Amino acid sequence: MRNNSYKGMIAAAAVVALTATGCTSQDQPESKPDRPALFKPGEEISYRKYGKDYPATEVKDVPGPCSYESISRKDYSGQTLKIISHAVPVIGEPTKLHARQFEEITGAKVEVVNVPFGELHQKILTPLQAGQPAYDVMFYPSLWIGDMAPYLAPVPKEYLDTPGMKDVTKAYMDVATWNGKVVQYPVDGDRHYLKVRTDVLKDPERQAAYKAATGKDLRTPKTWAEYQEIAAFFSGKDLDGDGKPNFGSAEVTKRDDLTFSAFISRAAPYVKHPDVKGGLFFDLDTMKPLINTPGFVRALDDMVKAKSTWAPGGANFGLGDEIFSFGGGQTLMSYSWDDAFIQAQQPDSRIRNKIEAAALPGSTEVYNRTTKTWDKKPNQAPYFTWGWTSAVSKASGHQKMAFDYLCFFSNEANTALDLTVGRFGVNPYRNAHFDAAFWEKQGWDKDVAKSYVQTLSGMEKSTNRVFDLRVPGVNQYMSALANGVAAALAGQKAPQQALDEAAREWSKITEQIGKDKVRDAYRNVVALEDYR
Amino acid sequence: MYGLRRHKSMFLLPGLLTLLLIIIFPLLFTIRVSFSGWNVSSPQMDFIAGANYAAMLHDSRFWSAIMRLILLAGGTVLIQYVVGFGMALLVWRDVRGRRFWRVLFLVPMMTTPVVMAAIWQMIFHESLGPLNDLLGMLGLTKVAWLTESGPALVALMTVEVWQWTPFMFLLLLAGLLSLPKEPFMAAAIDGADVWRTFWKVTFPLMAPVSVAAVIIRLIEASKLSDSVYVLTSGGPGSSTETPGYYLYIQGLRDQQTGYSGAMSLTYLVLMIVTLTVVAAMLTRALKLKGHS
Repeated sequence: MRNNSYKGMIAAAAVVALTATGCTSQDQPESKPDRPALFKPGEEISYRKYGKDYPATEVKDVPGPCSYESISRKDYSGQTLKIISHAVPVIGEPTKLHARQFEEITGAKVEVVNVPFGELHQKILTPLQAGQPAYDVMFYPSLWIGDMAPYLAPVPKEYLDTPGMKDVTKAYMDVATWNGKVVQYPVDGDRHYLKVRTDVLKDPERQAAYKAATGKDLRTPKTWAEYQEIAAFFSGKDLDGDGKPNFGSAEVTKRDDLTFSAFISRAAPYVKHPDVKGGLFFDLDTMKPLINTPGFVRALDDMVKAKSTWAPGGANFGLGDEIFSFGGGQTLMSYSWDDAFIQAQQPDSRIRNKIEAAALPGSTEVYNRTTKTWDKKPNQAPYFTWGWTSAVSKASGHQKMAFDYLCFFSNEANTALDLTVGRFGVNPYRNAHFDAAFWEKQGWDKDVAKSYVQTLSGMEKSTNRVFDLRVPGVNQYMSALANGVAAALAGQKAPQQALDEAAREWSKITEQIGKDKVRDAYRNVVALEDYR
Repeated sequence: MYGLRRHKSMFLLPGLLTLLLIIIFPLLFTIRVSFSGWNVSSPQMDFIAGANYAAMLHDSRFWSAIMRLILLAGGTVLIQYVVGFGMALLVWRDVRGRRFWRVLFLVPMMTTPVVMAAIWQMIFHESLGPLNDLLGMLGLTKVAWLTESGPALVALMTVEVWQWTPFMFLLLLAGLLSLPKEPFMAAAIDGADVWRTFWKVTFPLMAPVSVAAVIIRLIEASKLSDSVYVLTSGGPGSSTETPGYYLYIQGLRDQQTGYSGAMSLTYLVLMIVTLTVVAAMLTRALKLKGHS
């Protein structure tokens, strides 16, 4: 009997040992030698073979460690890479497309899970917190770095030294960095800027009519006050001669969409004082929220007044609605990410090459949070608002393959092609992308291309920048802020009252997460904003 | 004999175990979670006593959502009952194309709620939607369906009524088809007109089915969140936010696991108590009606 139980124990131990060996061999893939490349150096690359939904544009494979030629030398056959990304098409579609290409050229099996935005944070973070290697690669908005950073594998030096990575602008390398380590792999660069229809704003007849009515010159607005005046003047008028009214402004206003970003864009010039250091969302010393201070309240007042210039339903616009309202020519002006601009520049757009990009409107005075007074001075503050990013889980057993995938995803050829597909959500983030000639090759007029690249590159040069609140629990903070903004827009609360309540909510969130933890993270944001 | 009974009771064990796993364990786990501070940045099962429940008592957004749900669920189920009963009465008797109407009336219920909410969102779209175009053609003012509180509630209720009236219709039609013929024959012999026959015979006889149908729909309506998510996202402001949608925001999006656990348990208890009381009241009212 004793002998039997002894044998049983040995058998059980053998099973455990075999299982452990199996698991280990799965987690530590064998390194296979390189094989002959499937591509020639500098070969023409296009997405044509993947269907008519992709542009026929061709670009050259730029030699380097992430190129088609280099990656096709790797042999990942027999290995599986697990990726989680946003739903198709925004970032989800390029994730799938490049996964398919990666499979074709390396032999790897790549499994991509696409998740709606509302579930992405939880689906990524929960397994990370549990230490489970559910996904090797994750695509998510870069402002979640405060929640994700502890679980991410730093980008290895060999990838940081690639020419593509070296060309990423300083702002987006900063966005990818946490406590001095690059933990996010840059794949996109997002910022808010202004888009206007030049066929209206530069039309001599309309300029004369505007001058006669207001006594002012009609031009691309430099301040939010000008933006409102112009939007109000043209709202309800038929600007296209199609018998339908056009409207002044399209903004993201749907509460649980990205309203918080729209509001921060409007608040930026009122709250980001070039001569006052320290946080604009919190007082760094006390961690008291500043979102109910006069600058933010004025921005919300402006936004409430702007309702009269929105298209019907404009108070419930998500990002998609905003893109199609401006991109489809319904509204005269808009401000948010590149998508509406790229949409307006699609070959079948009726306002193609009748638009212009410009910096976000500014203000004629800025609130000084140290003296608690308004300083009369023109102010402008570019807003770098999230942007998709990617990262590799620290718990991943396939880190080398994961970083190779990201390296391939963002190689020069893929990025150049991705930039031309508006729905992909990939926007300029390398210095090479600020090249007007590239956009002219896509059929853009010279002036349009110039305004686009100058607006984007100009933001990089600013020393008065606003970044997202990149701290743990950022979703909660933004949810509370959006709730306040939505309450004011719906007329349920006055702007001051709505923001007072949001500030109280922020204080509770800070207490819950831990004041020191939030402060430490927020220091990173302040360092980006106060960078000179 | 005792041994045989014991032996037989063993057959209940798989069912009991399944029940334990799928109902009792998650419930106990939620109770435990509700006493923890588990949130996005601190995913741990610590113990913070009743702090989540105390916070919930002061959460006006949660209580407003509960009050709104009473209006939404009560209002929509009442309309569904009246319309559903009317439709069932229409196709109960011999009418031309009876089978066709029966199938047609069921179509909304067979569609996916989220998909239909997305289609309704397009219908209610204030600048592109056909509804405002129709109002314009009739010379009526366009309505801000999704950006003003009152119309947004009406829009939400319309989708709910459209989607779930067929369910009410189905239950009530089944009830009507199972009614005995004798009381109706007696009423006819007594010379009762259609209206009197309905109030004195059909309606009282349908009381048990009516109560069951209303309660089932109230239980379903109390979970209303998918239509809200697609149609209004709780807006404008928070004027269409329901407890189910607020729980989604707190629990899944903001990952306030402990707090949302406390809210969901409170919500569960409130719903059980409310629906039990409503069921008792309805049964009593309809019984009294039947005896009068």
